[in-house]
Amino acid sequence: MRFQGSSTYVATDDLMLAVNAAVTLERPLLVKGEPGTGKTKLAEEVAASLGMPLLEWHVKSTTKAQQGLYEYDAVSRLRDSQLGDQRVKDISNYIVKGTLWQAFSSDEPVVLLIDEVDKADIEFPNDLLRELDRMEFFVYETRELIKTKHRPIVFITSNNEKELPDAFLRRCFFHYIRFPDKETMEKIVEVHYPGIKQALLKEALHTFFEIREVPGLKKKPSTSELLDWLKLLLAEDIPPDALRSNDNKKIIPPLHGALLKNEQDVHLFEKLVFMTRQGRN
Amino acid sequence: MLAGFFLKLKEAKIPVSIKEYLTLMEGLKRGVISASIEDFYYLARMTLVKDEANYDKFDKVFGGFFHGIETLVGVQVDVPLEWLLKQAELTLSPEEKAAIEAMGGWEQLMEMLKKRLEEQKERHQGGNKMIGTAGTSPFGAFGYNAEGVRIGQKKSRNRGGVKVWDQREYRNLDDKIELGTRNLKIALRRLRRFAREGALDELDLDNTIHRTAKNAGYLDIAMRAERRNTIKVLMFLDIGGSMDDHIKLCEELFSASKTEFKHLEYFYFHNCLYDYVWKDNKRRREERTRTWDILHKYAHDYKLIFVGDASMSPYEILEPGGSVEYHNEESGQAWMKRMLDIYPKAVWLNPEPEEVWSYRQSTQILKDVMSNRMFPTTIGGIERAMRALNK
Repeated sequence: MRFQGSSTYVATDDLMLAVNAAVTLERPLLVKGEPGTGKTKLAEEVAASLGMPLLEWHVKSTTKAQQGLYEYDAVSRLRDSQLGDQRVKDISNYIVKGTLWQAFSSDEPVVLLIDEVDKADIEFPNDLLRELDRMEFFVYETRELIKTKHRPIVFITSNNEKELPDAFLRRCFFHYIRFPDKETMEKIVEVHYPGIKQALLKEALHTFFEIREVPGLKKKPSTSELLDWLKLLLAEDIPPDALRSNDNKKIIPPLHGALLKNEQDVHLFEKLVFMTRQGRN
Repeated sequence: MLAGFFLKLKEAKIPVSIKEYLTLMEGLKRGVISASIEDFYYLARMTLVKDEANYDKFDKVFGGFFHGIETLVGVQVDVPLEWLLKQAELTLSPEEKAAIEAMGGWEQLMEMLKKRLEEQKERHQGGNKMIGTAGTSPFGAFGYNAEGVRIGQKKSRNRGGVKVWDQREYRNLDDKIELGTRNLKIALRRLRRFAREGALDELDLDNTIHRTAKNAGYLDIAMRAERRNTIKVLMFLDIGGSMDDHIKLCEELFSASKTEFKHLEYFYFHNCLYDYVWKDNKRRREERTRTWDILHKYAHDYKLIFVGDASMSPYEILEPGGSVEYHNEESGQAWMKRMLDIYPKAVWLNPEPEEVWSYRQSTQILKDVMSNRMFPTTIGGIERAMRALNK
């Protein structure tokens, strides 16, 4: 069982090594990186290429660790009790399974994705220590111990919005996805738009990396933005030479709205372009 | 032998634990990797380092420790000056360039940088001593001047002889450098303290269930107030003069604080705090607020944040009449002390790099007045400041 990247996902050597080590040693893999470098996609691709089902738990600022295990639906039980429903006598009717419970009790090994763990409350990771370490937890309402049948392959992604506690980090492997260099980027584009015109790709990548180099941008365009932009370029059938034209009026790359998502960034970029244009005249 | 490596990491202040070391051993035993040193580097990094801010430190220790295991080609020394210039031009903003021009120009700076690199190389070759310097950046001496000068290899690792850890690509992820507002907000967030106050407008489910159970099963609804951030902040920003160099950073800090704290009051001052402060910098002469009024208006549970470079003549702090703006009756020091007496929770954020503080008398005086609670405006510095405010 080895992850080798896939026809739809380009993994660098170090990323493959990280994934395979995490799978073999059965440790959760914590993945960080710039937005749009394919952190969430990684779990999907690993699940697909190893032929395992994927369970996703998307964490929000209001998510509690307990919700991943199970929830006790007190409100419906309260309502049932007021209505005299017979189900009310068995508490297990009101226990709702969370994602972790589903992953632990699955009959086949699964890939579990805990997405954007840093969005939750600062105590959230601490509440999951034992669950991720021993892969078991106790349901107090019904007094049963839920144990894992097959240890799931766990991926955790973080955008660095909060520092994660040391105790949590010690239990994970850590991988930081670097922003891809030009060669890797070419491979990534090839995977998404096979047979793309080389001339267009070359010009587009050139423009893309040039925009990334512009100092002072608030949000640098990322891989996913490049892919969106290329899709638009292809859809509009823009010729490669339109991307690098010596015509002064066309110096702003077409459809740049797909790359720059911030009003101030667009302004800054236009200003810079204007400055270079003046320099040329 | 690997235990030695582990201890070196510990020495370099990378938070590693025995558990992680054992995991690494387990990984090696189970044959997760092939026998190449590059694979080992990746495995060791993913098991031992859990924060990309520490990647650079790790690379340094790794490079130092495994030096000689395989002949490593170090950072190339004979870097052509033109190349350096090109690199620097790419990464520096116009303001930074102007500042460097003022320092004696490109040529001189780059000569210094080259010399630095040569020294670094010698230490490389000197063998095991390399580790001793871990923690200091090779260009530390340049302070903010050359911070933007990133020295990297242009070759990719497949073609060049330079090893991944020697490229030190994660140098710019160290948390000692300034970053955008997003990160500032996260750092400021350490100051949050929630409490429930105000109108009871939220359903308290747990209490409702509890009370209903007590009430023999008949609904008894409990309400509670919403959780709110109760931290109150008074911010004083130094404006004009030597602060112009830091205007962007201050803007970022200010906009981050504005969204993070609900109770934020801000005022401007120039160089040091005296009888007057103002809210609108354009109308600073007409609309001024007396500092006394501030002391009377805001309760002592407000937390004080000063932002300023604390660079001025010592007279401006110590003597009455020292202000460059007008004749002040009492010295800046007296005003600072008065403020600190009323608001015990206070910090000073200084956008100048921490290394240069000791060269300025005024910075030292103000640091003493603040009883050492002066922090740099880096992410790490702001975190320390917020912790000091929380104590």
